[in-house]
Amino acid sequence: MGKFWSLLFLTVPVFGIGVFWWGMSGYMWLPQDVSEHGHTIDHLFNFILVLTGLVFLGTEVVLFWFLWKYDNDTNKDPVQFTHGSHNLEIVWTILPAATLLFIAIYQMNAWADVKLRKPDMAPTCKVTARQFEWRIQYPGQDGVLDTIDDIHHVNDLHIPVNEQILVQLESMDVLHDFFLPNLRIKQDAVPGMTIPVWFRATEQGTYDLVCAELCGWGHYKMKGRLTVETKAQFDKWLADTQQRQETLK
Amino acid sequence: MSATVAGSHAHDDAGHGHSASFISTYVFSLDHKVIGIQFLFSTLLWFIVGGLLALALRWQLAWPWSDMPVVGKMLFAGEGGQIAPEFYIMLTTMHASIMIFFVIIPILAGAFGNFLIPLMVGADDMAFPTLNMLSYWFMWPAFFAMTISFFVEGGASGNGWTVYPPLSSVTSASPSSFNGQTWWLIGLTFVGVSSMMGSVNYMTTIIQMRAPGMTMFRLPMTIWGMFITAILQAFALPVLTAAGFMQVMDRLVGTGFFIPEGLIVNNESAGAGGGQPLLWQHLFWFYSHPAVYIMILPAMGMVSDIMTCFARKPLFGYKPMVYSISGIAGLGFIVWGHHMFMSGMNPMLGTMFMVATIMIALPSAIKVFNWLGTLWGGKIHYTSSMLNALAFVSMFIIGGLSGIFMAATPVDIMIHDTYFIVAHFHYVLFGGTVFGVFAGIIFWFPKMFGRLMNESLGKLHFVLTFIFFNGVFYPMHILGAGGFPRRLADPYHYESFAYMQPINQFMTICAIGLGLSQLIFIGNFVASLFIGQKCGRNPWKANSLEWMAPSPPGHGNFDTQPIVYRGPYEYNSPHASEDYYPQWVPPKDAKAEEAGEHAH
Ligand code: HEM
Ligand SMILES: [Cu+2]
Ligand SMILES: [Cu+2]
Repeated sequence: MGKFWSLLFLTVPVFGIGVFWWGMSGYMWLPQDVSEHGHTIDHLFNFILVLTGLVFLGTEVVLFWFLWKYDNDTNKDPVQFTHGSHNLEIVWTILPAATLLFIAIYQMNAWADVKLRKPDMAPTCKVTARQFEWRIQYPGQDGVLDTIDDIHHVNDLHIPVNEQILVQLESMDVLHDFFLPNLRIKQDAVPGMTIPVWFRATEQGTYDLVCAELCGWGHYKMKGRLTVETKAQFDKWLADTQQRQETLK
Repeated sequence: MSATVAGSHAHDDAGHGHSASFISTYVFSLDHKVIGIQFLFSTLLWFIVGGLLALALRWQLAWPWSDMPVVGKMLFAGEGGQIAPEFYIMLTTMHASIMIFFVIIPILAGAFGNFLIPLMVGADDMAFPTLNMLSYWFMWPAFFAMTISFFVEGGASGNGWTVYPPLSSVTSASPSSFNGQTWWLIGLTFVGVSSMMGSVNYMTTIIQMRAPGMTMFRLPMTIWGMFITAILQAFALPVLTAAGFMQVMDRLVGTGFFIPEGLIVNNESAGAGGGQPLLWQHLFWFYSHPAVYIMILPAMGMVSDIMTCFARKPLFGYKPMVYSISGIAGLGFIVWGHHMFMSGMNPMLGTMFMVATIMIALPSAIKVFNWLGTLWGGKIHYTSSMLNALAFVSMFIIGGLSGIFMAATPVDIMIHDTYFIVAHFHYVLFGGTVFGVFAGIIFWFPKMFGRLMNESLGKLHFVLTFIFFNGVFYPMHILGAGGFPRRLADPYHYESFAYMQPINQFMTICAIGLGLSQLIFIGNFVASLFIGQKCGRNPWKANSLEWMAPSPPGHGNFDTQPIVYRGPYEYNSPHASEDYYPQWVPPKDAKAEEAGEHAH
């Protein structure tokens, strides 16, 4: 039976790698990236995937091999009576420690780009999350938020393509999370805090805006949309929206 | 029960038909073994409840808003047999809360800790038997509070097991933020009190009550796991308890510890405020990150003991193993912020937590290498207990490696609060701890009840559980990479996630298979209690002290005072005539030993 059990454990690396392969080669993987910074995140993901994949394959295959070889029914060699090996311990402490430290340092720059190096500019818009919608607010002619000429919209965030965007993220009630899968952006919205979020979209289209922090019974339907369009289209849309708002007043 | 003990204790009060002594022997017992078994039965019952909640939420993820078969009409008559969205978030919350606070933590510390610590260190009982009994009975107010929360207005808590304010602490925020949340917090407090009593007891017993010759570095890894866990509990729990009280006060009298000023939720004022929602997250994770180790270190210890026994080989790198769990425990106190990378916490602070978190993967890796080293050159016996222990290693590798993705802050931007995280913690908690628990139950069942569990059923249960477990949880990595968020009652109305429904249906079918497979285990467990093959003191030919005592051990545990001569892992030692060399067997005199060596 030992052979059967070893083979069962061999299915772990075989299916493990296989499923990732299948996911990657199909469309079931990191969603299409349309942001300027996204490729660094995807690169890190893939880099860690390769490293951990190798460790996964290595350890799981060794596990299989030991199970296969040292089965009591077939292994006639005497047991290795040992309590360990000082040298091996050193090797398998230092090597992973160095690798892990490298991973830690290697990613710092990408993190700083997305969360620390805030662009020096006025906010493009303010997004206020509330149960269960996204309220969007653009500064009007005066270029300043929270004034009388602000332009309001709900659940559909329009932005111009290839331009630096700075969103001022707030929440009116409970925690929410501003998640743009296609732009590799995720940030909690916290009542009482104003959190800046910045990105640059590189392709026109409409993308999902997901609430990724549990916010109550209607959390699942707190769905918004991101519309990325040319500067001209965006300006026209903004003007139209303002027009509509005026007529309503 | 006490019949097997030769030198019966003075306070031996085993029942002889008097109902009073029945109560003191089996209900309010002071005996650590009875208390351990009480914990075991209670937690296994809650395991069934938690599992059923999981199946219900899997149903919704596969076929959202469709009538649930069999039980739907009964449970959700109001909604015409479907799950309502507020019910769905309650399912996720209560599934996690029950599994963590009523199953994993108390089964490791309460059941195995209680049963094994005195036996393995060679003591006749815990240091504080009354405290020990109370630690079990303080679980009951918690059981009561969580149970009643399902029936109060608004239902049980639906705020995630992390119960982040303001959602959890403002009653107008959601139906499930109503009184169910207060009951949840009360329940949690009692679990905390229970754990604290246990923790004090375990530390004292391990430090003070070891048999002669049982030095700290002769303790089996199980005891090391329990010891470090007890220390973690003692230092981390007060913070959670305090935070829980603060949330209760926010809810009941409007103290506003976690509520910012002027907050209005659903047109109702949330009180004067002046607090900070992030404060809760810091306090909660200051406990709950160490708690994830509380949920695995004892299992790591048990698996180490089981693997050495069935590989008939000493543990590879005993001291490195001890140092790595100590390292995990130490580092475990400075990584909590990795749950808050996206929370609005200072991103600079995030960088610090990132480095500490990445480094905590190191002791985990060392442990895996040493387990592999233990198997190398051994003679492996494929018992059902061993298979479950091996599954622990194989699955823990996956869970540990996925931790590195999430520890990398930029990558966590993509996968935080997605199914990637759900995959991660199920690989460590089910793939790791639950397989370790299965291994432990099968391994120590003969000591607990004097009978063996059935091997064929054990293997059948193992192979089905192993396959279905991976069927349910492995695809979650792929979904998570695709951004699939957790805690959504219906994710498929997002274009990004619509295509994932068939995979979820596959996973749900596996989940049903996984649930059904557990019936084999339950059947095997219950039947073996009555008709299992009787066994002697040491059916596995193992080394540690519990195997010196009768099966089951009587009151006072050992019939003679155990004296310890060596470490617990001397399998196939050249000094022994057999392939094991128990801790309590005195060495043959030097001459005989020499002669034995000549004969080799
Ligand atoms: C190799 C070591 C590990 C690393 C580097 C690691 C890293 C992480 C990180 C960074 C997160 C947060 C992810 C996020 O929310 O975005 C996380 C979540 C989690 N980890 Fe680990 N982890 C490790 C081992 C473990 C172990 C051993 C356990 C339990 C036995 C565990 C249980 C959990 C749980 C329960 C969560 C999710 C909590 C929640 O949000 O509900 N982890 N881990
Ligand atoms: Cu939400
Ligand atoms: Cu953690």
